Amino acid sequence: MNKPKYTIAVTGLNNTDNPGPGVPVIRALRSAKSFDVRIIGLVYENLEPGIYMENVADKVYQIPYPSVGSEALLNRIEYINSIENIDFLIPNFDAELFTFITSQAKLESLNIKSFLPTKLQFEEREKEKLVEFGEKYNIKVPKSKSLTSVNDISKLRDDFDYPVLVKGKFYDAYIAYNSEQVIGHFNKISSKWGLPVIIQEFIKGTEVNVIALGDGRGNTIAAVPMRKQYITDKGKAWGGITLGDETMLDITCKLIKNTKWRGGMELELIKNNEGDYYLIEINPRIPAWVYLAVEAGQNIPEALIKLANDEDVPPFTKYDIGKMFVRYSYDLIADISQFEKLSITGEL
Amino acid sequence: MKLKKNIAISETGFVFDPNSGDSYSLNSIGKEILELVKLGKSKSDISFHILNKYDADEFTFERNYDDFIDMLKHHKILENE
Repeated sequence: MNKPKYTIAVTGLNNTDNPGPGVPVIRALRSAKSFDVRIIGLVYENLEPGIYMENVADKVYQIPYPSVGSEALLNRIEYINSIENIDFLIPNFDAELFTFITSQAKLESLNIKSFLPTKLQFEEREKEKLVEFGEKYNIKVPKSKSLTSVNDISKLRDDFDYPVLVKGKFYDAYIAYNSEQVIGHFNKISSKWGLPVIIQEFIKGTEVNVIALGDGRGNTIAAVPMRKQYITDKGKAWGGITLGDETMLDITCKLIKNTKWRGGMELELIKNNEGDYYLIEINPRIPAWVYLAVEAGQNIPEALIKLANDEDVPPFTKYDIGKMFVRYSYDLIADISQFEKLSITGEL
Repeated sequence: MKLKKNIAISETGFVFDPNSGDSYSLNSIGKEILELVKLGKSKSDISFHILNKYDADEFTFERNYDDFIDMLKHHKILENE
């Protein structure tokens, strides 16, 4: 049987020590059984490693940062689409998701399909709203507070015991043991990601994660729990292992059922010594460790494309427990002409 | 005490807890004892088995067995029945 061939645009090719999910998403799409792909890499920086990696993107285009404005981004997408006829788009950065979510009509007018959370789903799980989210969906969350001014830091003692976590709206999280450290992290995070900066109660325990895919009707199409075995100084997993934890799967399925989550997601949980699970974050997209789930038996990017294509996708019913991933660094050798072409023309 | 559900013990003495993702390495005696625990054998059954098979006295067995069981409980490999 002939398989269809789709042109799929993917962002997040920054496969660095704080990796974007683009490269593993592409790896998953290339191993899809139900379709073939032509991959269009969309990059913000001209040194994102995925640009230069073999068998990752068939063509690369630079796109403007979302901070430049959605019009500039969408105009660029429209231009790229006029050349490439993009069938599907998988955005992989938190910071760009809002623009793509609110530009669904424009994307549809260009015949570009995606499968993203709704604006409500995206907004209600934002870090500064986590407490309300926990109450609404009956799930334990750590105490949190949003700070918009460095002056609020002195009052933290009334509500929190140190240490606390200091988190950026989109990325970055640091542990602080006193108010001076909170001030330092506040300034660093707010200058990079803006306000608010979120203060979160530090829950002692083991960090565990679930990658999942919701069909937007309350069904969990895929879910694989993982424990980080090795964590970098940026808090990113350098190694991880799939778990057979029924409680984590139960939490995920209930959350997807109650929120009718649409698209990929990652639940970040802390399991404390009493065996209680606290939700510390929901990432509204596929995480960078997605390829572990693929090799464990659940090709989530392939299923996401089929959902975007309005196909019936039966839920995965199993995955391999004890499957591990270990990241590595590797020096790619590129030629200055490649860098030059991308820098001058914005295409490679 | 009984072995927690789904704990995997390999031929090499590698123990894997699929619920937590933790893994441990046992020496041959540790593996032998854990497999006897898995079969539901009591402390006296295990003592009888080990003392008959190896050159060890009861006091040494008792001390090391209790330490080993405490360690297994600490790592939540064993749980209360």
